[in-house]
Amino acid sequence: MAQAETTFVKTASFDTARLRASLEAVAIPLGALIASAVIFSVFLLVLGKSPAQFFQLVWRGGFGTSFSFQNTLQRAAPLILTGLAFAIPARIGLVMIGAEGALVMGGFAAAALAIPLVSAEAPVYLTMALMILIAMLAGGAWNAIAGWLKHSRGVNETISTLLLTYIAIAIMNFFVEGALRDPASQNKPSTMPIGKDYMVGNIAGTDVHWGLVFGLVLAVALQILMSRTTFGFAARVTGGNPRAALAQGLPVGGLIVVCSAIAGACAGLAGYFEVAAIHGQANASLVAGYGFTGILVAFLARHNPLMIVPVAIMFGAIEASGGLIQRRMDMPDATALVLQGIIFVVLLASDSLYGRFAIFQPKLGTERT
Amino acid sequence: MTAEALTTILIAMLGGAIRVSTPFIFVALGETLTEKSGRINLGLEGNLVLGAMVAYAISFQTGSPWLGVLAAGFSGVFLGLMHGVICSLKKVNDIAVGIAMMSFGIGVAFFFGKPYIQPSAPRLESLPLGGWSSNTALEQALEINPLFIVGILIAFVMWWALANTRVGLVVRMTGDSEPAARAMGINPIKVRILATAAGGFLAGIGGAFLSLSYPGSWNEGLSSGQGLMAVALVIFARWNPLRCIIAALLFGAAGALGPALQSVGISQGYYFFNAAPYILTLFIMVAASGRNSARAAPGELSIAK
Repeated sequence: MAQAETTFVKTASFDTARLRASLEAVAIPLGALIASAVIFSVFLLVLGKSPAQFFQLVWRGGFGTSFSFQNTLQRAAPLILTGLAFAIPARIGLVMIGAEGALVMGGFAAAALAIPLVSAEAPVYLTMALMILIAMLAGGAWNAIAGWLKHSRGVNETISTLLLTYIAIAIMNFFVEGALRDPASQNKPSTMPIGKDYMVGNIAGTDVHWGLVFGLVLAVALQILMSRTTFGFAARVTGGNPRAALAQGLPVGGLIVVCSAIAGACAGLAGYFEVAAIHGQANASLVAGYGFTGILVAFLARHNPLMIVPVAIMFGAIEASGGLIQRRMDMPDATALVLQGIIFVVLLASDSLYGRFAIFQPKLGTERT
Repeated sequence: MTAEALTTILIAMLGGAIRVSTPFIFVALGETLTEKSGRINLGLEGNLVLGAMVAYAISFQTGSPWLGVLAAGFSGVFLGLMHGVICSLKKVNDIAVGIAMMSFGIGVAFFFGKPYIQPSAPRLESLPLGGWSSNTALEQALEINPLFIVGILIAFVMWWALANTRVGLVVRMTGDSEPAARAMGINPIKVRILATAAGGFLAGIGGAFLSLSYPGSWNEGLSSGQGLMAVALVIFARWNPLRCIIAALLFGAAGALGPALQSVGISQGYYFFNAAPYILTLFIMVAASGRNSARAAPGELSIAK
């Protein structure tokens, strides 16, 4: 798709070239998914388990009933946000894997801010708005550190975002085990509960919290930002060739920092919903691996914000069906991790297939891309 | 603070540095070897966790911890070969594959490791090298695991071999300039796959240390990013195996700061001191981002370009 968008000679068959490239971007990941399912089936067969039963249970546990589908959507909500947190910097050429840390920072900041507001009995909606704001600011600022270090000092962003994740978890633990600890939380040190009144409810008529709606809106907004605005164009040019972008006079440093901040804000928002819709307080449960699964979600969606939504729902279903698979097939909860790992590896290997299939290539001579 | 308390802290940090640094030495050496050939393996965290699980399981099943260490090494070879082969495909990004290998290795380790969380496996015995001292704290600090010594020996051998042997020359040339290597009739892809596999072997052994010596049991929270920090350590060590030892000891000491302060009754900020190695790494990366370090990097390395 990216190649199609950089077309500068518009030919009569421009649209078929674009279509072929989009088809390729869907067909190859889909093929990788099928190949992963086959490899995972072999893995199950070797262990003496039934692949048919496994996939049936994933279907039933993820989509089978309205209850299970709502469970799936509930788990997809943070994955959409953390997927966006990886995809946006990826468009500008950065491999940032710190969504987990930004999520923790956002969730913790929101829970910490809630303590004085709740005890002062501040208006509910004002409190919610302020919590969302601080969560996005905290997550955004945290991730922006890595973007700034990348631009100003050339520090590798993959490693720095990962280090920042560990530091974020340590900062949360420091406060949660100390100054901000709720004395009532014995076994699992936590901040003070924000209280039922200040928690985010469910979308009317469902068991799915509002985080899903925020995720959908952000996915659409970021899709527009990245593909329909000057900012998005500049970011994509920078991602394609940073030196050319600099030569063009694009503000590369600013673009990098802003993209990192947007990513961190998405993850921070996911942290807010984990606190305000699920746990009711900040504690170690925030470190649940959503940030890392989000990386895989983004890769499968080829860093396309809109594609992230269905991919996140698919992984939400795998996680939602985990309990059912554990009980029925007597398999550990790490089964989902193995499946995710296989998909991840096969998917990246499939990157070498782009441009190999004649059917997806525009005919030479008639079109230029 | 009294002089006595200071001594206690320093001894505790020395002991901690020696204990904690061993897995760092192995992953850093493994990463150095891989990067010298021109590739980055960000997935050593997966090798570390899988190695820890395999070592513990084999030690439990056979009763021999050393067999566990060997098996852990070969589990690392398996992951390293996977990484090496996949990265040899065209258009595949080695950093992204590293992230994928990390999640794959950890997934496999957790999947097969479930039955081994409870049982107790035979550990590696430490060598009491502090017997001469009357100071019990120092004596404890110098209870050194044989793998620490093996790691240091490997560092010296690798340092010598990279500079003085044919294999070392081939690895360095592949890492510095692919065209030059091809001109010499070397197959860079083969060299890189083998270097990644060998690096994976070392990282697997680092994992064995985690489960068989310190902390000395298998559970899912065993590793806390040591495998990922390897990449930062190697930059700090400027791709020099001997400097890897110093880097690993420094990181070990930073990690031991919290527990050492706690041992003299300073428990405030314990959780924050846990972050010390990560903060240190970040500072080192900022400081090392100058030209000196870039000059020492193998030319074919994607982060050096």
